[in-house]
Amino acid sequence: MPRDPASAAPPDALRLRGIRKVFGGVTALDAVDFGVGAGEVHCLAGENGSGKSTLIKIVTGVYQPDPGAGIEIFGQTHTQITPTLARKAGIAVIWQDLALFPEMTVAENIAFETLLGNRPRWVSYARLRDTARAALARLDIDLDLEARLGDLPIAQRQIVAIARALVSDARLIFMDEPTASLTQSETDALLAVVRTLSDRGVAVVFVSHRLAEVLEIAARVTVLRDGRLVGVYPTEGMTQSRLSELMTGTSFAQAVTARDAAGPEVLRIENLSRAGEYDDISFTLHAGEVLGLTGLIGAGRTELCHSLFGMTRPDRGRILLNGEGLQLRSNRDAVAQGIAYVSEDRLALGLIQPQSIADNAVLSVLKRISGAGGLLSAQKKEATVSHWLRELAVKIGLPEDPVSTLSGGNQQRVVLAKWLATEPKVLLLDCPTVGVDVGARAGIFRIVRQLADRGLAILLVSDEVPEVFLNADRVLHMAGGRIIHQWDPRQTRLQDMEAAVYA
Amino acid sequence: MHSFLRAYPTEAKLFVVLILISTGLSLASPDFLTLVNVTSLLNNNAVNVIWAVGLLVVLIAGGIDISFAVAASVVQYLCVYAFAAIGGGNWAIGFLFAGTFGLALGLINAFLIHQFRIISIVVTISTFNAFFGLLMFFSSGRFLYNLPSWWSSRVILWEYQTASGTWAELILPVAVMAAAMFATWALIRRTTTGRQLYAFGDNPEGARRAGISIGRMQAIAFGWSGMMAGIAGLMQTQITKEVVPNALIGRELEVLAAVVLGGARLGGGRGSVLGCFLGVLLVAVTQNGLNLLGVSPYAFKMVVGIIILLAISTSNLDPSRLFRGAAR
Amino acid sequence: MTALYRRLTAAFGPEVPGLLGFLALVILVFSLTAPNFLTGANFGSIAFQLPELGLLTLAMLMPIISGGFNLAIIYTANMAGLTLAFVLNQYGGVDAGIMPFLIGTILALLVGAASGAAMGAVIAYIGAHPILVSLAMMIFLRGLGEFLTKGGDISGFPPWMATLGHGTVAGIPVPLILFLACAVLWHILLTHTRHGFSVRMIGSNIRAAAYSGLHTKRTLVLIYTLSGVMCAIAGILMLSRFNSVRVGHGEALLLVTVLACFLGGVDPFGGFGRVLPVVIALIVLQVLSSGLNLMGANQHLSTAVWGLFLVGVMILRWGAGRISDHRRKGR
Repeated sequence: MPRDPASAAPPDALRLRGIRKVFGGVTALDAVDFGVGAGEVHCLAGENGSGKSTLIKIVTGVYQPDPGAGIEIFGQTHTQITPTLARKAGIAVIWQDLALFPEMTVAENIAFETLLGNRPRWVSYARLRDTARAALARLDIDLDLEARLGDLPIAQRQIVAIARALVSDARLIFMDEPTASLTQSETDALLAVVRTLSDRGVAVVFVSHRLAEVLEIAARVTVLRDGRLVGVYPTEGMTQSRLSELMTGTSFAQAVTARDAAGPEVLRIENLSRAGEYDDISFTLHAGEVLGLTGLIGAGRTELCHSLFGMTRPDRGRILLNGEGLQLRSNRDAVAQGIAYVSEDRLALGLIQPQSIADNAVLSVLKRISGAGGLLSAQKKEATVSHWLRELAVKIGLPEDPVSTLSGGNQQRVVLAKWLATEPKVLLLDCPTVGVDVGARAGIFRIVRQLADRGLAILLVSDEVPEVFLNADRVLHMAGGRIIHQWDPRQTRLQDMEAAVYA
Repeated sequence: MHSFLRAYPTEAKLFVVLILISTGLSLASPDFLTLVNVTSLLNNNAVNVIWAVGLLVVLIAGGIDISFAVAASVVQYLCVYAFAAIGGGNWAIGFLFAGTFGLALGLINAFLIHQFRIISIVVTISTFNAFFGLLMFFSSGRFLYNLPSWWSSRVILWEYQTASGTWAELILPVAVMAAAMFATWALIRRTTTGRQLYAFGDNPEGARRAGISIGRMQAIAFGWSGMMAGIAGLMQTQITKEVVPNALIGRELEVLAAVVLGGARLGGGRGSVLGCFLGVLLVAVTQNGLNLLGVSPYAFKMVVGIIILLAISTSNLDPSRLFRGAAR
Repeated sequence: MTALYRRLTAAFGPEVPGLLGFLALVILVFSLTAPNFLTGANFGSIAFQLPELGLLTLAMLMPIISGGFNLAIIYTANMAGLTLAFVLNQYGGVDAGIMPFLIGTILALLVGAASGAAMGAVIAYIGAHPILVSLAMMIFLRGLGEFLTKGGDISGFPPWMATLGHGTVAGIPVPLILFLACAVLWHILLTHTRHGFSVRMIGSNIRAAAYSGLHTKRTLVLIYTLSGVMCAIAGILMLSRFNSVRVGHGEALLLVTVLACFLGGVDPFGGFGRVLPVVIALIVLQVLSSGLNLMGANQHLSTAVWGLFLVGVMILRWGAGRISDHRRKGR
């Protein structure tokens, strides 16, 4: 039993040995061992791209591990796991993307497991509702069972997903970032349920990259980094910063890059409000400055960015660019004014995945690459593409390859190339490292700093406090749609910032 | 009532529109709200409704089927020869044969879609051409009149002589329509398989992760559509009394429009049997009403087109989106 | 040779060599089996038949690349033809001069553009599904056309218009010249203009395209407007080929145009598609049909073979995709 400090743990719910998974030349998991005791509350920690999601997909039979893996579920050895087998063995997952059915009712979503099976059976909606109600009762939460799921806010959908896992009488539940969009009271309720489950012998694995609330309830934590196992540690005596070090492999003794903004004021936001999204936002952004904006999911960060980029219109307040008031009717106006926006959702909104790298890179500058008669000029396109790919050191095969073939880090560089080609004055970066390998993140932030040095005004939005702590000159804290605090990273400790944001 | 409005907003809207139009028509024309007219409306639209509920299942599962009307013609021809081969047959054998032939044609679609991962519109356009071409080739476009008498003679289920002496009657296709509606409703609302179809159309990846068999879903959806097409083909002769190879081609798009009008969504996960029925009925009532009002028959379709266009335009309208001026 | 191959596929799409191979195979088989296949007369008749389907296919192509559909193409073409026919009949019918023809043509193109623009606007600004919008437009236009013509034919056009439908210039059929000109125009539009670029991007991911600053709504309106204009050109050609206009003319071609697009490698999910492979696919279909015709089969067998042919090609593409996946994994 290698690297397992808790050898006195209860009988195993799950024991995986030598899990390896390669996707088209990219190693997602390499010789990972993972074990959970029955009734244990366990943490699976790692940054985005560390292989956590791949591991869950293997446990639940969505992916098959490469040959040579050892799989043992509740003492039984299996050569492979299928989704049906995983479910029968008592493994359930609450996916990060929830995997729910927006057109169906809350009751049907919660009691979905009772609808499965290849032999048709009659559906009793009364029983369906009873099942759903019982599951929600265990969460101490009340929801309208007949509501269409798609009409619920995201936090309530998360609750539905959790309730759905409870229905299937699982003995081992994986929760993939379960608390990301829950409020504190919802989180507390969830932790209470987890405790009950654990007392009844149900094991729970929290999969997360932010674990403050989870450390207090879990017994052990398994840390993954870059698809490899870092180790399995008891949570007793484990601190947030120690865990961060294990996850990133870097020490936070690392220097903050903050300094005083030298350039003139570029963007000034005055009392900007939009009902239900953000309220009374004011700040300034200078040329050459990297301004951090952090806060939990749902704090209104992305909504604010959308308004600054002209995608939505604020109800009140002013946006001034170089001292002049802006009336943005669409994001095309914003681009024309020199505002660029890197979306947090790179897969769906940042890039057009099936299309080529070159086409994505020139997407925002079609006018600039037009030549005689308004026709697109192949030479100008080629020159633009090669200039920016070189400038941002994007590693590609051919510019004609689909952009989806690139790694997350390189894809994000293509997004940056697309926007830099428009020669913006203001760059809005919304969680630019989501889905980017840990190793590639430093490269992205190096580029961000270089761009600031060239005089760009940059708003760096992130829910990862260490990112803004290390890479921004000032940090704004947004919560409940308002900016509630401002820090200077040079005069603040990371722990204090994290405590304030994640509280 | 409240929960009905919430669960079926499109159907409720459609129902209100249908009531309004019907009220208007019954005021404008004394012939509209008569037993004779209403029964003939039902008789003449039963086949469309049978197709519609078959197509509905495919749409709910996230696919589309263009081939069903042509498949119905193919089934008619196969039936003629099959009945001749066994020396006549009867209604039980008729339903068995028509359903089976239709099912088989639908399963061809499902097999091509699932086995070769071809999108359903490509497959069904191909089979549409293949079915129709082969049918016309082998039948040489001939009409067939010599049908078994049990098949071609009208089966009148109920009749009533009105005061003016004209007969109001309901024929077999109406009963079959009701049965098809009930069976489809039972399948999609009351069985686990039906709920899986909704789930599969709504979120295919989520359904796959939950362990739902995708090949099975495609087989059920297209098999059901094919089976309904076959039965609709069997019923069509109750109205035309003959089998004509190119009589049904072209109806597929009108049925599609009616089903979508009834709240089904291209892309899957939404739609109801009631909506199908109301969608078909709305189109039928409009045409019927215009006819009774003495409007030129050539103008019917124009008005129907406008109504469908208005319906889909307004059903997609989300006021919040318009007024908030999002840039999308 | 490999360099030439690569340049060919880069410029015109990876489907071209395969389709040319198919074309060669089909021609080979028919020249061995059908006696009159390899004759000038046969290829002449192919050249006269191709343009009608070809123009309608071009009208279908742009919406499909944008991830949509235009099911109203046939009746848009009919309505445009009807417009020209009305103008010609107003100005003397058989004796009409060139001016009425020009005015009628312009009006016909405007009718096509207007019906397309209306569809595009509903699709872009209301967000309704293109299949439904164009289906409703199809039903409307058919009704309107039948209302205006009472279901009958309109004929009586000046005899010189036959040149457009049946004449040749330097031995090349006029309809073919018209079609090739439109195909070249479409090729340039789709590969060398901002509009064409936007069409492809919208086809792959309309939201991401909008986020990147493309005016996706205006582009959608333009796509269907241009599609409508192309329908109008087809409608004018159909008028001069048949020397009459009837609503419903060419009805059977609607789904064949979709078939031709898919055969020509256009991605059914949108985002990818080129003109040249589609043109070659059209030639393959037309050659198949003329070969079968010479062997004594009728048009209906050709229709069936077209359908089976598309299934076969899709299966081959599926197989090819699996083989290349396999290779990538094996590497």
